[in-house]
Amino acid sequence: MTVQDPALASLAALDPALLDRLHRRLETAAAEAGSLDIAYTVTGTPVGELLLAATGRGLLRVAFEGEDHDAVLAALARSVSPRILRAPARLAGAVRQLEEYFAGARRSFDLPLDRRLSKGFRLSVLEHLPEIAYGRTESYAQVAAAVGSPKAVRAVGTACATNPLPVVVPCHRVLRSDGSYGGYLGGPAAKAYLLGLEAAA
Amino acid sequence: MSEAQRLHSVETKPFEQLVTDHGTMVLRICRVVLGPGPDAEDAWSETFLSALKAYPQLPAEANHEAWLATIARRKAIDVIRSRARTPVPAAVLPEAVSPHGNPGTGDSGLWHAVGLLPLRQREAIAYHYLAGFPYKEAAELTGSTPAAVRRAAADGVAKLRLIYQSPAAQGAVTP
Repeated sequence: MTVQDPALASLAALDPALLDRLHRRLETAAAEAGSLDIAYTVTGTPVGELLLAATGRGLLRVAFEGEDHDAVLAALARSVSPRILRAPARLAGAVRQLEEYFAGARRSFDLPLDRRLSKGFRLSVLEHLPEIAYGRTESYAQVAAAVGSPKAVRAVGTACATNPLPVVVPCHRVLRSDGSYGGYLGGPAAKAYLLGLEAAA
Repeated sequence: MSEAQRLHSVETKPFEQLVTDHGTMVLRICRVVLGPGPDAEDAWSETFLSALKAYPQLPAEANHEAWLATIARRKAIDVIRSRARTPVPAAVLPEAVSPHGNPGTGDSGLWHAVGLLPLRQREAIAYHYLAGFPYKEAAELTGSTPAAVRRAAADGVAKLRLIYQSPAAQGAVTP
């Protein structure tokens, strides 16, 4: 006898809405118990679906589709904590500010950030980036000079290429000295879109 | 095995993956053991909350399905014990709603019949037929023997089929 037996099939049948409701209850209970180390959600934007992940300290990671969201979550499980749940409540502020940004109604982000994924020189580069005003750009060489290591142009490129918080920490505002875009985590089209959005506003 | 394969094979998954992969299995177990109502929902929630808390200490190569099924059994038994502790003396017995539904036709009749089965038979049906554990593993998870689980599952299902396939359950009317 298998679960194809009508009586067993009837016992096995579940309303998917019940599992959704139980998931939401788990999100709340886990947060209240202090056991939700990383909450995440996925939000649609003009540059594709963005994965947003936050600890209790603040926004930890923003990831483009091209980075493979499952791979990003697996890496966070390894490097920060495996106590990870899809739990949109903690990301509500970030989602709202991103919507405002993509609507041209927000020029800077006012969100608590958890910077633990960045260290040393890369961290100092990323901390400088929000000082580049909305709609303006700097070259990799200018950023290197601004953080006090004018010869570390390539290292600035690496720091931007491994920015754990793209869009929110504006690495898209850093260009090559000849004005060409240089690389971008989200791909050249996303970088062009963001620069176009900021130039138009 | 390459270094990359070795790392991949023991990689700790984000907990969300466990909820996605095994949430349905745990809920089926809780509903058959406790009835398809709030008790089952409480046991499911307690199971995953307690698993989330303990997850970082679980060895990466552990069998997640069996681990969650074990926690679910403990939480279901907690619920059954707390039901047994709660009775209060009363002059008139209040009307009680059976967590397993009402006698009668269709699904509610079936759930009522499940509620009349002994716990061992409900567990055998839940762990073997609904969660899909082989008799040996179902026996380990429920502190029984494979032969006893096999018999309990067969006896329980035979009673349910009697209810489910009776004319009343099929809605047939005898002229």
